[in-house]
Amino acid sequence: MKVVYERPESLLDVPFTYCPGCTHGIIHRMVADTLDDLGIRERTIGVSPVGCSVFAYEFFNCDMVAAAHGRAPAVATGIKRVHPDKIVFTYQGDGDLAAIGTAEIIHAAARGENITVIFANNVIYGMTGGQMAPTTLIGQKTDTTPYGRSVEANGHPIRVCELLSSLDGVAYLERVSTHDPKHVLKAQKAIKKAFQYQVDGKGFTLIELLSTCPSNWGMNPLDSLKWLEESMLPYYKPGVYKDIG
Amino acid sequence: MSNKVLMKGNEAIGEAAITAGCRHFFGYPITPQSELPAYLSKHMPKVGGVFLQAESEVAAINMVYGAAAAGARVLTSSSSPGISLKQEGISYLASSELPAVICNVMRAGPGLGTIQPAQADYFQAVKGGGHGDYHNIVLAPESVQEIIDHVRLGFDLSDKYLNPAMILLDGALGQMMEPVDFGDYKPELQEKPWAATGCKGRKMNAITSIHIDPRDMEAHNIKLQEKYSKIRESEQKCEEWMLEDAEIMVVAYGLCARICKSAIRVCREKGIKVGLFRLISLWPFPEKKLDKAIDKVKEVFVVELSAGQMIEDVKLVDNGRKPITFHGRMGGMTPSVEDISDRIELIHDRITQKVG
Amino acid sequence: MHEDLIIAGFGGQGVMSMGQMLAYAGLTEGKNVLWMPAYGPETRGGFANCTVIVSDMEIGSPIVSHPRSIIVMNLPSLDRFEDSVKPGGTLVVNTTLASRKVRRKDIDVILVPATEVATELGDLRAANMVALGAFLECKPMISFKAVKKTLQKVFANKKSVIPLNEKALERGAEIAREQRKARSAV
Repeated sequence: MKVVYERPESLLDVPFTYCPGCTHGIIHRMVADTLDDLGIRERTIGVSPVGCSVFAYEFFNCDMVAAAHGRAPAVATGIKRVHPDKIVFTYQGDGDLAAIGTAEIIHAAARGENITVIFANNVIYGMTGGQMAPTTLIGQKTDTTPYGRSVEANGHPIRVCELLSSLDGVAYLERVSTHDPKHVLKAQKAIKKAFQYQVDGKGFTLIELLSTCPSNWGMNPLDSLKWLEESMLPYYKPGVYKDIG
Repeated sequence: MSNKVLMKGNEAIGEAAITAGCRHFFGYPITPQSELPAYLSKHMPKVGGVFLQAESEVAAINMVYGAAAAGARVLTSSSSPGISLKQEGISYLASSELPAVICNVMRAGPGLGTIQPAQADYFQAVKGGGHGDYHNIVLAPESVQEIIDHVRLGFDLSDKYLNPAMILLDGALGQMMEPVDFGDYKPELQEKPWAATGCKGRKMNAITSIHIDPRDMEAHNIKLQEKYSKIRESEQKCEEWMLEDAEIMVVAYGLCARICKSAIRVCREKGIKVGLFRLISLWPFPEKKLDKAIDKVKEVFVVELSAGQMIEDVKLVDNGRKPITFHGRMGGMTPSVEDISDRIELIHDRITQKVG
Repeated sequence: MHEDLIIAGFGGQGVMSMGQMLAYAGLTEGKNVLWMPAYGPETRGGFANCTVIVSDMEIGSPIVSHPRSIIVMNLPSLDRFEDSVKPGGTLVVNTTLASRKVRRKDIDVILVPATEVATELGDLRAANMVALGAFLECKPMISFKAVKKTLQKVFANKKSVIPLNEKALERGAEIAREQRKARSAV
């Protein structure tokens, strides 16, 4: 019998603990496939964040370092400066990256740290129970915006790719989505390209993956995918925001 | 021929770190430790090392965390307000059992305070500083030579116990120049099989401080406490100076201890039997020797550049046996030699019944 | 032997380097030495001062409120430090820039027009060496030989300025010598 689908070597043989319908699983899988495809698992060091993917080190089968909230790009900088020949990636959510860790992500990008950032944007804080994120959409109801996010009270959601695209240290920025197979395939390509850029020493790369949070959005997985497509895509437009080629 | 060279305290930290095999420094500018980043930005590249000016104190300590996790000997430095910002990272280092050396060239606080010498970060340094049950190894040099010795010792102890080590000094020690001898020290470099270096030929390493199951977390806490007991048992350091026949024992550390030494000389010339118990390791607190020393004197006189912090640990050891008096200056002010010697004389007069 | 000294003046008068040179020279003579700059608000407005301690003993406090000697290179420094000299101590005044009378009677005062002399010698930047020469003549805490050796080291890459600095040192010493002689004759 021919094996057509199996666990990548870069994932440990343990079940994911993410909620049903959450797209973290798909994103983990895509990163792991990339490490396998590029043959870099044994020289890769991942940095896990604080947030739902805080346990990423329990799933990835490569060396992993767990960072404090928002500090993954700084931790990754420290690692990369010790091992410039190793592949270093961070895995971060929107609260971690675009709120408490804003300084760290901007300056890692500005320095052109040769690292890859996997940025899962699900427009909400998942781990802490569904609070407003820096990326939460206007009008979106969360635990801390029960009447919907208002511009007056909370300002506007941050578009990370657009924000970082002006920085000279950045080599590659792309926003992709995980709501259907076509977009997932595109996301897979983007992730692989980002890691390849790092292998080639081109500089800072970040892939923003629009993802879902059925538990905190209060929807079933299918409706979540639909909501992502209908509500998130118009504000967070997929595309390449920078590519030095 | 002596091998001594004249060096500023802050620069000595940098050169000592290089001789200790440290090749990574991450920091953020703050007075009064600026000569150190200036020195390392010049000298790290010459030895193939990395000097990186971070965007913030918070980022700097987390770069330290990353470099330590990656197996490097790594240094950061700051001054009081910056050290406050680093506390989150230091707590993570302690929990993840990562070695690193952190220099605090103390200034006066609270708040932005002023840049003159102070010892008001004692509690922060020795009691933990950040959240959770943990301790830093804390060393308090009194001279530029000791700065060198302590930075090296800090790296060695930090690696040995997989625990952050803090060098606690102040602006005056950082700014002053004294002759130093770098000697022929060899760093005690340890194998670090736990480090994140890429998992070629072995299982993956994970470095984390999260233990979500409280049973696991308590087990981790107990493991840390056992380590702290071991450090307490083996690494207490102090200097007993002119204490052999002393009736009055001054207790001080760092810059303050040097002022006290001058004052004690003045008093000794007047025939007053006074000596100094100088703390070298602030944590572990040198309680074993202090305990014995207290037995031999009539009164204890604690001098600090704070409202009185270290005195609490002295009181715990004293446990009511001998009277303790205190003198502290704050806000960047330092007591003069005369100020201290006068106070010692008063204590002497009182215990010899000269004054009612 | 235990000597402490504060040197004070404007930034740019070579106050810090004069102190460091003394400390270096002390080190070459096998003494315990310490140099400490005033830092922070005290150094604002272009004022600079440093403390130098040279001793046969272990050096205790680096902070000296009443040193045995003070060299003041300008008027604000004279105003600020005149009262600090230990009774019986020495005060060297650069009279070119601090021309007022010294009030203290309980100290040894040496008046040297250091800036003027240095200008005559060809470079007013050597005023610090004139003052140092005068000071060492009165308080030989370090030998001239050691200071001259240190000059060679400090200016290893600028050898051309060494003769001028040596001359400045000697001229300062000469002025102090004459002044003391005149005074003892009175």
